[in-house]
Amino acid sequence: MSAAASSDAPGNGWTGIAPVLLSAALFAWFLSLGPQVAAGETLRLAVPWVPSLGLELAFAIDGLALAFALMISGIGIAVMLHAHFYLRGDRHFGRFLLFMMSFMLSMLGLVLADDLILLFVFWELTTITSYLLIGYGHDSAKSRRSALQALFVTGAGGLAFLAGAILIGIATGSTSISELLAGDGLTDHALYLPILILVLAGAFTKSAQYPFHFWLPNAMAAPTPVSAFLHSATMVKAGVYLMARLHPALSGTDVWFWALTIAGAVTAVLASLLALRQTDLKQALAYTTLMALGTLTLLLGQSTGYAITAFATFLIVHALYKAALFLLVANIDHGTGTRDATLLGGLGRAMPFTALAAMLSALSMAGLPPFLGFIGKELMYAGVENAPTWPEFIGASLVLANALMVAVAAVVAFKPFWRPPGGPLPAEPHEAPWGMWAGPLVLAILATVLGIFPAVVQSLVVTPTVDSLLQDPAEAKELKLWAGVNLALILSGVTVGLGLLIYLLHQPLRRMIARIDEATFSLDGNWDRFLDGLIGLATWQTRVLQNGRLKSYMSITFLTLLVAMAAPMIVYGVWEIPTSLDAPNWIEAAIVLLILAGIALVILTSSRIAAIAGLGVVGVSVALVFIINGAPDVAITQLLVETLVVVLVAVAMLRLPFLTPERRPATDALLALGVGTVVTLTLFAVLAAPIDRRLTDFFELASYTEAYGRNIVNVILVDFRALDTFGEIAVVAVAALSAVALLRGVRGGGK
Amino acid sequence: MNSVILRVGTRFLVGLLLIFSIHMLLRGHNEPGGGFIGGLIGAIGFILYAIACGTEDARAALRTAPERIAMAGLGVALLAGVLAAFFGDPLFTGQWYFIGDQKSGDYIPISTVLVFDIGVYLVVFGSILSLVFALEEAI
Repeated sequence: MSAAASSDAPGNGWTGIAPVLLSAALFAWFLSLGPQVAAGETLRLAVPWVPSLGLELAFAIDGLALAFALMISGIGIAVMLHAHFYLRGDRHFGRFLLFMMSFMLSMLGLVLADDLILLFVFWELTTITSYLLIGYGHDSAKSRRSALQALFVTGAGGLAFLAGAILIGIATGSTSISELLAGDGLTDHALYLPILILVLAGAFTKSAQYPFHFWLPNAMAAPTPVSAFLHSATMVKAGVYLMARLHPALSGTDVWFWALTIAGAVTAVLASLLALRQTDLKQALAYTTLMALGTLTLLLGQSTGYAITAFATFLIVHALYKAALFLLVANIDHGTGTRDATLLGGLGRAMPFTALAAMLSALSMAGLPPFLGFIGKELMYAGVENAPTWPEFIGASLVLANALMVAVAAVVAFKPFWRPPGGPLPAEPHEAPWGMWAGPLVLAILATVLGIFPAVVQSLVVTPTVDSLLQDPAEAKELKLWAGVNLALILSGVTVGLGLLIYLLHQPLRRMIARIDEATFSLDGNWDRFLDGLIGLATWQTRVLQNGRLKSYMSITFLTLLVAMAAPMIVYGVWEIPTSLDAPNWIEAAIVLLILAGIALVILTSSRIAAIAGLGVVGVSVALVFIINGAPDVAITQLLVETLVVVLVAVAMLRLPFLTPERRPATDALLALGVGTVVTLTLFAVLAAPIDRRLTDFFELASYTEAYGRNIVNVILVDFRALDTFGEIAVVAVAALSAVALLRGVRGGGK
Repeated sequence: MNSVILRVGTRFLVGLLLIFSIHMLLRGHNEPGGGFIGGLIGAIGFILYAIACGTEDARAALRTAPERIAMAGLGVALLAGVLAAFFGDPLFTGQWYFIGDQKSGDYIPISTVLVFDIGVYLVVFGSILSLVFALEEAI
């Protein structure tokens, strides 16, 4: 994806500035709500949506929602500004802005929604906009594959989440999130386990937890501002948000703890190892995003004040440094024409602002003082001491993952700028335009300043978020740079030491990890096989069921009819063989004889036209049955349709050869007899039950008085049930049009 | 089918069938009949014409594409249903007007229900003719 256009391309005009201003306005608005939310208030807005289903467009802003809203709109400013320069002169820039803004608004809707079904709607909207953005470079097959993969994986998870939301609705009687959180939680409910599994399936796929992680690195096929926004700072955190949102209702059980701890730890460690393996800077960052998502999940597994404080802090820390680094990698790509870590080097002089922003962000990522990242890491380690079970496991995973982060931070933000290049660069390095480094630089400076003055983050974001999750603001631990010499500080020292060691050895390690990675099973590697299998299955069943032979269509249709009608009769045992039947009068006997004669003709003749005529005899006889039973409308329709069928079939069949006197298989006869028997038995069963005359009475009474018509059948069709009739005539018209289209295709030699 | 007798006979029959189909449509509210049956009879008239004189002549006699008639019918039916909304009733509620004196029984009723039935007639008529003409031409 070489979207970075040269600087002499025409600019994007002022259209690209509007999204920046919108993001900034939203950010300012959310910021102005800060004091109210920090005071423990929850701001609400509800508009009825589908009152008959109890759904409303309900929004609520509490600490957690505000933290995410600030993050989305704030990062949005930097990303939109960057994109305006990065995609300079791009042909589809308008489309890009539309997708990005749709995404941003959906994402804001997601975090502000106060109703699970509403949340699901926004959830799916982010999935769809993400699909469109990953596939932005739609002329590349890789983009298309990645987009589809992300859509399938997160879409499947979204459906699981919808099922979970409905189960929550059944369990609590409401899909309102506020009511759910105000209740006693779901942990003792009989449906708890299915709810948890379904919700986590949605959250884990969206937030790319192992083993569903493979779609996220592939999603880097999107333009880099998209990766910075959706696939590191915001959308992938939707799953984390969902877990945090439902934390009060679902957490505290062993299943919750183990599911989140193990998924989080495995994702964090595995992702940071794989991050080291990458030579493409953007891919390396993609894997570190996975690591962050794993860490956040791991922290949410616990319910201690430390873990949740660390969660809230790390959420902000990560968004700040990761969005900045992604954008800076775009600048490196723009300035040198490559993102290959083995080639890049010595850019410090040519790209001073990018280098400065990268250095600050990387130090925050590595978790060194005085950056906000350091505080986040200290809190994680402090949480380890207070972890309810297995602190060694949690601690070891965190130290290993964080040490690898230190090494990756050095690979991404130190080596390309201050080490000699590994080879000739495709272009003479030059600094990006101001809009491309200003945003990341501000984010990096924020990470520094907020590290030195953590009280701002504490009061605006961290304490309110902890309040949302644990429902007690006093549980929030204090964010401070110096907490004295304790276990956390020692672990930090170990982390940095180990990280530097890994950096020095990163090249041999990279080769080793690559070998192991290639030898192991991966879902991504089998993705294409899975899709091929799916398409193969569809082709196979089409070939079997839709083989183009009318005879097999008829057999399948009638067999289905036979089974569908016989099964309930056998299961419920409704055999009603009448013991006494009235003797038929001579008219009825004559009709039966006519029908039998028609059938005999159809079976015995070898002339198609005679067979059609035989069928016509049967049809007309049935119309006679209607007439003697007092249903002239039905009889007329039957008669006319019968006439039409004979004409239509005759038109088609006249051109066909005579029937060859082949022996028809006995199975046909069996099928025909079977359907006949089942229909007869059904009729007996129907007749045995007393007729419910309520509707008949109503129509007889109302037909003339209310609808001014004496022909009840027609009055029902055009007045009482007019909407149904309208649907039916629409089907008739569409069926006719489709048939015409198919026939035209035949004539045009299409098949 | 090349038969002079059929061709000559059809000329008269088509007209009669069409008049009969409209008769069935209009009397449908009180006697057996209605848009569906009327549409079928009208279509059969034109199919007879197509068999006797060829689809080309039949299409020419119809003046416009049968698909268009079907779609117009769908539109008419929808319009009849939507009209109710302008009188504050739920969709597809019949609206009635009586021209003349209602008490003496000497009046002509006009209703959206009839308009709806005309829509049904046109859809059935147009759809079946589209299908039959296409089938005739494809084979």
